[in-house]
Amino acid sequence: MSSMRSPASRWSFTSSSGKGLKTFLLIVVSIVLLSLDRQAHHLDQFRRGLAVVVYPVRAAVDVPFSAWDWLSAALASRAALLRENEALRRELLESSASRQRLAALEAENQRLRELLGSSRRVTHDVLVASLLRADFDPFRHRVTLNRGTNDGVHEGMALLDAEGVIGQVTLATPFSAEAVLISDPNHAIPVEINRNGVRTVALGTGDLGRLELRYLQNSADVEEGDLLVTSGLGGRFPRGYPVAVIASIRRDPGQAFAEITARPLARLDRLREVLLVNPRGDEPQPATGDEEGDDE
Amino acid sequence: MNDMPAHGRWVIHLSLFLGLMLAVWPLPDAVQPYWPAWPALILIYWALALPHRVNVGTFWVVGLLLDVLKGALLGEHALALTVVAWATAYWHLQVRVFPVHQQIVAIGLLLGLYEFVLFWIRGIAGVGQPLFHSLAPVITSALVWPWLFLVLRDLRRRRQVS
Repeated sequence: MSSMRSPASRWSFTSSSGKGLKTFLLIVVSIVLLSLDRQAHHLDQFRRGLAVVVYPVRAAVDVPFSAWDWLSAALASRAALLRENEALRRELLESSASRQRLAALEAENQRLRELLGSSRRVTHDVLVASLLRADFDPFRHRVTLNRGTNDGVHEGMALLDAEGVIGQVTLATPFSAEAVLISDPNHAIPVEINRNGVRTVALGTGDLGRLELRYLQNSADVEEGDLLVTSGLGGRFPRGYPVAVIASIRRDPGQAFAEITARPLARLDRLREVLLVNPRGDEPQPATGDEEGDDE
Repeated sequence: MNDMPAHGRWVIHLSLFLGLMLAVWPLPDAVQPYWPAWPALILIYWALALPHRVNVGTFWVVGLLLDVLKGALLGEHALALTVVAWATAYWHLQVRVFPVHQQIVAIGLLLGLYEFVLFWIRGIAGVGQPLFHSLAPVITSALVWPWLFLVLRDLRRRRQVS
């Protein structure tokens, strides 16, 4: 207890060695935490608890920005609103036209799968969340969502926006969730080339506009502009969502693998609203549907 | 003096809360590398002014919260701030009476220690970063120190924090 110290003690032996001991213990505890946290998942429960404690800080940071959004929406002119409304209506029409075609294709796909004896649920539970505008470290690509386990978010859910896949939820607390972006240097997403089904893995580089495909051989059939979609392998991401397009290919005959980079389709630097998709919705289901007996 | 009950402790807590807010404040990419290490600066101020209220334990707890806020490895900022707390406690009687320009240098050294520990841990953890991102905040933090010092001292005197 610091109140035990007499004012005259200053840097007497006892007080400084007491402080030294406390410092030493805290350094040891920090190092233990660091090494445990590096071996993933040991401290998830602890981190979840702390995430709840710091949520007010994130929420407080977000307040002025949300207020500004609200204010500019409230003060938007009638003409601008009408214009926006018109654009949205057009977009909706286009989307529903392509969706009609999709519905027919989905039904056909389902019939064919049933013929093959494997069934897949093609509908996903979708949840909309918005991002809190609070920054993480510039070299760790993470975001905070304003939905948590209370809203049905759980760890491992995939994040999408209107353009493509963004990332996945890594930590869910009751009121908020943390997600890692596909551009994080520690993230990898299993993808396939939409044109021919060649499978590979797209690795984050720490650059929001660049993914790397490191494990494709020089002879692999890949071209600039090819669309990469999620392959669904690993079960973390639902299958068939667009991720990125191939931006550059460099084939060096001396190397076994080609150097390929891809540009994410989602605007990772301009995210505001995201969709959360449950990857389990797309796992192959046994034809008997013994699980929960739901929407078969 | 030390036996008096704590007074105005909420001022310390509020300032640390604001420090954490500033630490995760969304910034344009151009400004990001130069953003001062606000929580460290605020902690150092209180550790210099009221060493019996803000000690190494406070530094460690704030560091841990900062780890969670920034999505860093747990213990990263906690370890760095613990080391800074130790250096500040060792040095606080001198730094308190330094004139402003010497204080700037002293704060620069403390922040240099802080960034060095962070840089070192990140290097080991494999989340490397350009050296510039460690050096720039040391300089900007040292430069904002006199103003932060004036604001916090004014706050401490008005609210009679002890």
